[in-house]
Amino acid sequence: MIKRRKIINQIALFICFLTAVWGLFWLFFILFDVVRHGLTALTPSLILNDPAPPGVSGGGLKHAILGHTLITITATLIGVPIGILGGTFLAEYGRNWAFSRIISFLADIMVSVPAIIVGAFVYALFVKPIGHFSGFAGALALAFIMIPVIVRTTENMLSLIPWTLREAAFALGAPYYKVIFQIVYRGAGMGIFTGIILAIARVTGEAAPLLFTSFNNAFTSYNLREPLASLTVTIFQYAMGPYEDWHRQAWGASFLITLFILGLTLVGRYLIKRRFKH
Amino acid sequence: MATFKREYLFNSLFLAITALSSFLVIALLLGIFLVLLKESLPAFQRFGFLGFILSSSWDPVKENFGGAIPLFGTLVTSFFALILAIPIALGIAIFITEVAPKSLREPIGMAIELLAAIPSIIYGMWGLFTLAPIQSKYIEPFLQKTLGSLPYFGKLFSGTPLGIDIFTASLILSIMIIPFTASVARDAFQLVPPVLKESAYGVGATKWEVIKDVVIPYCKLGILGGIGLSLGRALGETMAVAFVLGNLNQFPSSLFSATATVTVKLANEFTEADKDIHLASLFYLALLLFIMSFTILAIAKYFIQRTGTK
Repeated sequence: MIKRRKIINQIALFICFLTAVWGLFWLFFILFDVVRHGLTALTPSLILNDPAPPGVSGGGLKHAILGHTLITITATLIGVPIGILGGTFLAEYGRNWAFSRIISFLADIMVSVPAIIVGAFVYALFVKPIGHFSGFAGALALAFIMIPVIVRTTENMLSLIPWTLREAAFALGAPYYKVIFQIVYRGAGMGIFTGIILAIARVTGEAAPLLFTSFNNAFTSYNLREPLASLTVTIFQYAMGPYEDWHRQAWGASFLITLFILGLTLVGRYLIKRRFKH
Repeated sequence: MATFKREYLFNSLFLAITALSSFLVIALLLGIFLVLLKESLPAFQRFGFLGFILSSSWDPVKENFGGAIPLFGTLVTSFFALILAIPIALGIAIFITEVAPKSLREPIGMAIELLAAIPSIIYGMWGLFTLAPIQSKYIEPFLQKTLGSLPYFGKLFSGTPLGIDIFTASLILSIMIIPFTASVARDAFQLVPPVLKESAYGVGATKWEVIKDVVIPYCKLGILGGIGLSLGRALGETMAVAFVLGNLNQFPSSLFSATATVTVKLANEFTEADKDIHLASLFYLALLLFIMSFTILAIAKYFIQRTGTK
């Protein structure tokens, strides 16, 4: 009887080990495949050239890289300040207010709301009334996805600052906003920064919200008021397209974007770990 | 006195700005709901609620739209993804918290979380170019040969294995949602008081018995929350599914047939819908998806919060 229980124990724990292997297997399978295809596609011309007409080989992704960078930077400029300020309210001025708990609960939900729905929302709000797609609408959609993420991380990071630190500043007669700027932000700066990095990593890989907002552009453009190409939408278009060269470029774009996001994520995780060690 | 007044003014100003920023979260959620509601109104007036969700026609020419197939597709792919993902995710959480040597816990946990960092479009493209051919050549014919002859279950594995089907889509979805359940379950497992486990060990229970009879029952709420979180993600996943499911307005006859989901329909038809009623029907689908995922996520978050404060 004891022997049977021990055998069952061994088998069950071994199965748990196998599930971990299963998860790691897919991670390495996907990464290996992206790197393998991506490296063969990665040439200077892929990054530096303008796109070629459909079916003509030799074009590059300059338009998508530029467009994607523009959209992401704009989204960051909109989303980060609003997110930090919102999180500040939840952790400081509104910390004892029951309504703040509701806001942070809703922000938590909004982090997981399907991105494509945010895209449809921005389409109805900005694209349809104006009459055409624009890079700015894409940036707005990404900013809307970013805001709840940053609100939540900022709130968590500010709550970690000991309350006695604030009291010490209050005792010197500092008004609350000065305490926030000079004590709380200074202490939580690295944590907030980490949250921003992870939020950027999160939105950089989004394709669904850009489909209906910034759409696509076959030419290199710097104009946020026009449709802008992005790496992710270009991957969708090229991978679904019929040309072998398009598929090659889609792999190249995937490699670039995966490298960027995994790099950012690892940096963010490292910073979090370092912070909580001390 | 003057500086005091100015400080007071600045403080009130900063308070107002931060408060407005945080209210924006509510404004956004409410805005999404109201805008989707407004945009889908023409379709709602024309087809009604039951008339829309029970009708399987999607005919842009005759302007007759119903959401039964994409809604069914969304539920079916998410359901199979959950069936595949839950045992794996729980196994991983157990492995990380109870089985693995201490030095390996952190890196393995990190690696599993990286699965969530890979963008969904990468999953989709990889699924289309790498997984789908493998599925159609090796895995699906093999399943057909072995499981296809079973009574009842056999029907699930009938049809021509093309690789672009529910099975491939669910498999990719399951890989994508593993980290969400796994990390919530892991956090819950770590909150189990050591005394509980030690007393079970004390009466001679094996490790597996402790996990099965002490840890998992103690973490029921957290596990349910993690599953709900995964389900919410799976329902709304777009790009990964768009590549490997096709966009076929047809009820699936088996696991090996193509169909459509709400998100796939939106991604493929939104920018091409030239008639108002077509666009309104797409918004209607988006609204239904929003309500579904919002409800499930709210329940899941509630469960997860309750475990944290226990």
